[in-house]
Amino acid sequence: MMNRTTHPPDRRPVRDRNGAATAAPPPAATASRSRRPSSQQWAAWAFLAPVTLYLGLFYAYPLYRNLDLSLRNYTVRSFVQGDAPFTGLANYRTVLDDPTFGPALTHTVVFTAVCLFFQYAIGLALAVFFNQHFRLSATLRALFLVPWLLPLIVSASSWSWMLNSDSGIVNALLSTVGIDPVHWLTSPSWSLTSVIIANIWIGVPFNLVVLHSGLQSIPSSLYEAAALDGAGAWRRFWSITFPLLRPVSAITLLLGLVYTLKVFDIIWIMTKGGPADSSTTFATWSYRLGFGNLLPAFGPGAAVGNLLVVAALVFGLVYLRVQRKQALS
Amino acid sequence: MNRSSRRRLSAAAMTVAALTAATTACSSGDGNTSAKAADSGTYTIWDPYPQFAKDSDWVKLLEGCGSEAGVKIKRTAFDTSDLTNKALLAAQQDNSPDVLILDNPVVSTLAEAGVLTTTDENKVDTSKVDPNLLAAGQSGGKTYGTPIGANTLALYYNKDVLKTAGVDIASITDWKSLTAALAKVKKAGKKGITFSAIGTEEGSFQFLPWFWGSGAKLTELDSAQGVSALSLWSDWMKKGYAPNSVINNTQTTSWQEFASGDYAFAENGTWQLANAEKAGFDYGVLPIPASDGGNAAAPTGGEFVTIPVQGDTGRYTTTQKLVSCLTSTENLNATDTTLSYVAPTSEVQDKQVAADAKLKPWVEAVKAAKGRTSDDLGTKYPKISEQMWKAVQSALSGSQSPKDALVAAQDAVK
Repeated sequence: MMNRTTHPPDRRPVRDRNGAATAAPPPAATASRSRRPSSQQWAAWAFLAPVTLYLGLFYAYPLYRNLDLSLRNYTVRSFVQGDAPFTGLANYRTVLDDPTFGPALTHTVVFTAVCLFFQYAIGLALAVFFNQHFRLSATLRALFLVPWLLPLIVSASSWSWMLNSDSGIVNALLSTVGIDPVHWLTSPSWSLTSVIIANIWIGVPFNLVVLHSGLQSIPSSLYEAAALDGAGAWRRFWSITFPLLRPVSAITLLLGLVYTLKVFDIIWIMTKGGPADSSTTFATWSYRLGFGNLLPAFGPGAAVGNLLVVAALVFGLVYLRVQRKQALS
Repeated sequence: MNRSSRRRLSAAAMTVAALTAATTACSSGDGNTSAKAADSGTYTIWDPYPQFAKDSDWVKLLEGCGSEAGVKIKRTAFDTSDLTNKALLAAQQDNSPDVLILDNPVVSTLAEAGVLTTTDENKVDTSKVDPNLLAAGQSGGKTYGTPIGANTLALYYNKDVLKTAGVDIASITDWKSLTAALAKVKKAGKKGITFSAIGTEEGSFQFLPWFWGSGAKLTELDSAQGVSALSLWSDWMKKGYAPNSVINNTQTTSWQEFASGDYAFAENGTWQLANAEKAGFDYGVLPIPASDGGNAAAPTGGEFVTIPVQGDTGRYTTTQKLVSCLTSTENLNATDTTLSYVAPTSEVQDKQVAADAKLKPWVEAVKAAKGRTSDDLGTKYPKISEQMWKAVQSALSGSQSPKDALVAAQDAVK
């Protein structure tokens, strides 16, 4: 239930299967050029049709619907009757003027930046550590993958129990060393920090795995040569490991950015974006507009969702650019 | 990347995509929760009781009513929070179920959407239902369904804790005496009261008895009475009578705190009665007091049986038979006992109290209760409610004073 996306599940794409099938380029166009398409061309079209169909049904159509939803004034009545008037960018204006917009934007940026920095830094440190190939290193590394394997509902619920103000284990530990209890999830000044901590914990394994495999591709002869020249461990890290790991780092960070931008489950389970919007990001705000109220506001909800899609798209393009650059070099 | 390797890559990608498309195409058919079966002798019922499996009394009752009306029943259970959007989508595709059982504050939203038929059209008899319960399903002078059962909130108390603290439960008649009792409990080293002030509809539901008990009205959140109700809660928290965790408590987690045996009071609902029996300590139930004495109006919970609009109006006759069967005196008694609800008609309420005297304070609380969408608020209620739970969260977390929080909430509702 928590994995719902920002657009309401629409069953139309399934029904329109035949309609969309004809949207694939008809073979007639090729027939006019070469009178009979060769069997090779037929095979090519046959190969292309499923993927076009798939992309159309499950990517293009939902995206189009979400865009359409955000450009019309949907009430519950017009949602059912399908006669919502086109209102242009009115929903986006509503969203921009909403007092939640400013805090949500700040929280999204802070959440993404801080999570990304710590996930990468901790992931890299652990990757270098496990690259030493000491005894049990494989076992320990496997243990670090646990957060990744747990369903998000389990890990987020565990975090919210641990951080409970009155009966959580974290406050119990703090009190044994004489620190006053912290209202991790219920104080506006701590709630964002708490969800960031939980999300860093969940994101470290991904960084660890990718960076660790990146480290394997650095030839050990380089380290040996550097050691012979008298370079210390610190020097070897900054002059060999870090620069040679740059391509892998770039991809890890960019993928992490796209994932972190749309994190929803952890925040929703731990704080519901509260108290009083103090941990609301675009993802939770969009969900709350569309589904978190008895009276759904589909239009503004879709508008917030689209802003997220655009942000993710921008970074996706950056990723493609970086990848192409790497392929060329 | 050179050309040939790119081509190989895209060929591989295409194969994968083709496989995925093929598998999804196969599975998409079964995933469709099409409400209308091809067989017109099959009637569909959607309910928000996923806890009841195929062999439960509830499903047997549905099937029994079906065979009485000479039709087959296809029943689908949804999570309550899922049901509104599912019902809207089904209506958009003219695919609504024949009978839809849904949470009472949602009735006005679906009625506004034009999804539900009125009792004038579907001829469902609502004459025996208590008017304060029926009001939640009324909007613009029309009635859109009939309640299957009701629940509401009251204060559970732990007799052992009160004894240790030297509190006489009979002395609690208004907010002042309740706060005094909480002070005594805290002095005795026990915990005061737990409730749920989470940032969802649940939080508003729990705050309403205090809000209404102060004499405030939902159309004016920032009235002096409204501020006094929110101040009551935030003062309790400041003084340590209520735990800080209430800000994130659902009604279930709040109940777990009370079940630990440390708390003197818990605001919770009829549905916890079975758990209270299992709690392992002596408990009692007290209606929530109003600010100056007497009982506060608590909001009504519970579901309504409604008949969604159908393209084929010929179906209503049979559907009406099904609904009458489900809400007949005998069946209501059985259903509400399984759900741990209070029945919506006096006739069945009397039967319930005769069978279990512990239900008496609950029947009284339900009689004093008020629908959230009543007073012709209808679809205005969800907007007010969202601002109200936000204000409660702001005040309890200390980011705004109760007055500022409610003024901001009233401004946002407009």
